Amino acid sequence: MKTLADLKKIREKAQEEMKLRGGNTRIKIVVGMGTSGIAMGAREVMKTFLEEIANRNLTDVLVTQTGEKGLSSMEPVVDLIEEGKPKVTYGNMTPEKVKKVVVEHIVNGRTVSDYVVATGN
Amino acid sequence: MSLKRIDLLICCGSGCISAGALKIKERFHEVLQEKNLANEINIIETGCMGPCDYGPVMVIYPEGTFYKAVSPDDVEEIVNEHFIKGRPVARLMLQDEENTFSTQKEVPFYQKQVKVALANCGYIDPESMDEYIATGGYEALGTVLTTMSPQETIDLIKKSGLRGRGGGGFPTHIKWQMVHDNASDEKYVICNGDEGDPGAFMDRSLLEGDPHRILEGMMIAAYAIGANAGFLYIRAEYPLAIKRIKLAIAQAKEVGLMGQNVFGTKFCFDAEVRTGAGAFVCGEETALIHSIEGSRGNPTPKPPYPALQGLWGKPTIVNNVETFGNIPTIFLKGAEWFASMGTETSKGTKVFALTGDIKNTGLVEVPMGITLRELIFDVGGGMTGGHKFKAVQLGGPSGGCLTVEHLDVPVDYESLKERGAMMGSGGVIVMNDTKCMVNIAKFFMDFCVDESCGKCSPCRIGLKQMLDILERITSGHGKEGDIEELQRLGEAVNKLSLCGLGQSAPNPVLSTIRYFREEYEAHIRDKSCATKVCLDLMHFDIDKSRCIGCSLCARKCPVTCITGSREDKYTIHQLDCVKCGNCQDVCPVKAVSRIPGMHPEVITKREAEAKSGNHHDE
Ligand SMILES: Cc1cc2nc3c(=O)[nH]c(=O)nc-3n(C[C@H](O)[C@H](O)[C@H](O)COP(=O)(O)O)c2cc1C
Ligand code: SF4
Ligand code: SF4
Ligand code: SF4
Ligand code: FES
Repeated sequence: MKTLADLKKIREKAQEEMKLRGGNTRIKIVVGMGTSGIAMGAREVMKTFLEEIANRNLTDVLVTQTGEKGLSSMEPVVDLIEEGKPKVTYGNMTPEKVKKVVVEHIVNGRTVSDYVVATGN
Repeated sequence: MSLKRIDLLICCGSGCISAGALKIKERFHEVLQEKNLANEINIIETGCMGPCDYGPVMVIYPEGTFYKAVSPDDVEEIVNEHFIKGRPVARLMLQDEENTFSTQKEVPFYQKQVKVALANCGYIDPESMDEYIATGGYEALGTVLTTMSPQETIDLIKKSGLRGRGGGGFPTHIKWQMVHDNASDEKYVICNGDEGDPGAFMDRSLLEGDPHRILEGMMIAAYAIGANAGFLYIRAEYPLAIKRIKLAIAQAKEVGLMGQNVFGTKFCFDAEVRTGAGAFVCGEETALIHSIEGSRGNPTPKPPYPALQGLWGKPTIVNNVETFGNIPTIFLKGAEWFASMGTETSKGTKVFALTGDIKNTGLVEVPMGITLRELIFDVGGGMTGGHKFKAVQLGGPSGGCLTVEHLDVPVDYESLKERGAMMGSGGVIVMNDTKCMVNIAKFFMDFCVDESCGKCSPCRIGLKQMLDILERITSGHGKEGDIEELQRLGEAVNKLSLCGLGQSAPNPVLSTIRYFREEYEAHIRDKSCATKVCLDLMHFDIDKSRCIGCSLCARKCPVTCITGSREDKYTIHQLDCVKCGNCQDVCPVKAVSRIPGMHPEVITKREAEAKSGNHHDE
């Protein structure tokens, strides 16, 4: 390491590794992991999100989970929460659908209306 | 890139480790393995998070959920509920009468705190240099080395108003300027991590929780004064701090952040750790320098000041761990930012180790100028067990006690000093109304007598005389004139001692006399300790109207000085009682109580002994 630019490179990489603790999140993905969600494959859905995000090197996206969401007929249910925009809830998710949501919604910023089961706060 | 979705930060500061943090960490590893979640969850060992009393504590990101007093048996539930189902475990959260505080940000303990030196402590993995760099680490060093001259560096510290955090509050820039101006082929930077005050753990926590910050601060100082070698003096009782600093030095050297031509400049620096044997006086800067040189850690007169003739006779700065800990942030955020916190003469923040009879004991950092009331009642959470606040001791064995009437005094160097206390290095002991102030003064005096190096007679002899008087007073042999004698001795020892240990050792006695004189008088004249702490100045008594004659106390008395019968009830023969307290502990109807004051029979006996010359007056 010889310059401040070298240090900056290390810093950016290290910040990426610490992003869960930091505040610079653009989109938060909340997977419903109640008992029925898990039974319907919520863990697979979450895993696919994690993999897709890692593969695409999306540094400002965060995956977390929550309990029962009261939409049990549509499990697995996933919320996408973006600063300054209404929350979008997708239902009946599968790993295939997750891939599409990642490309369309998270990368290209277009809601995948076919899977949406609710919007708003 | 990782698949991690949760950062689990487990506090592995010394408080939480002694409460079992390492077992919990192991258990998490096991359970996460079992459930195949190890690649989704990061387990990170951090330094002290602050609220040590609630240990083991942990914080779970991204939400920032705060759990306290976690036991290995809770781990499975945390994993199942929180990590898998996303339902945080409410019963492990901090609660008060009305609220449950789910995240660390909400916990009241943190709310009046401002973390500068402690910014990363409890937030990063102290063994990862990358995490330090992620928080802006080494940016200040790089900027200073590549864009500022040594004089500009000192000027910026001057503008910030930073004063030494090791106790004295000496302006940091003045020391640096002296060494800067003093041309020499070799100069040294020393980091004072001796921390010998009883109950203090600020510097230890910083060294353990954010070691690179201290190294960065030292290197900026080295550049400013023109030194290229430094020493960290850390007591041997702090093995984890020593290990972490050594690791940090190795990591910094490996990538060239320490060593030759740092950031491609002419600046070269090497640091070494020296361990101290743990004598309190070795924290005094001249003693510390001798100890590093390999001779006995005894103080020598100043002048010559270390700035002119320090380590191996070369110009040297000695700064406290926390002083260095502030430096990188001052350069990152600016001198104005730092000077905007605090009072006219005391800028920035101060780290305190809060201990004693308060709810939230632990490690805190607050802006200078905060009142003692806020520190004790808001940050510290107030007194435990419904007791009343009585006094607060700041500055350990060198400091003084303040009382209820001082609760609105702002915490700054001058305000505390004016009132006979001092900022000190940050030990704060809060005491409730069950504490005897004479006894507290005796405790600190005892400590100083033990720690005196014995080199100069005012300290060696004077402090011992003061201790003897205090022992006399607390054992019921105090006499008129003792208070004045303590004051006379205290002032003499203060004026004539060679080093700060002797000069400040009388402070606890003088300040308790100043604010609790009536307690000393009651001990001496009335032979009474109102708090019933001094055993010679209280007695046990049985309330016959309550006693049911069960004889339990009589059977448990080690000197069989309780007699009686079911009909006559039981009585204590006061002359033989050794004040063990068994009778009070075993009585099923609470008929035995502690009464302030020496029992009249004992007073009469002692007076008779004194007359017949039987008593050896110490
Ligand atoms: C008896 C005695 C013990 C001391 N112990 C310490 C200590 O443990 N840590 C410390 O930083 N300073 C201690 N000091 C103060 C040092 O002599 C010195 O003033 C200080 O390290 C300077 O650093 P600062 O200007 O950054 O506060 C002690 C002083 C005395 C008289
Ligand atoms: S004041 Fe006490 S500790 Fe200091 S040199 Fe004298 S005897 Fe030693
Ligand atoms: S305090 Fe101990 S010695 Fe005194 S009367 Fe009670 S049991 Fe006996
Ligand atoms: S233990 Fe209590 S009740 Fe029993 S004899 Fe002693 S004082 Fe009386
Ligand atoms: S050691 Fe864990 S909070 Fe202080």
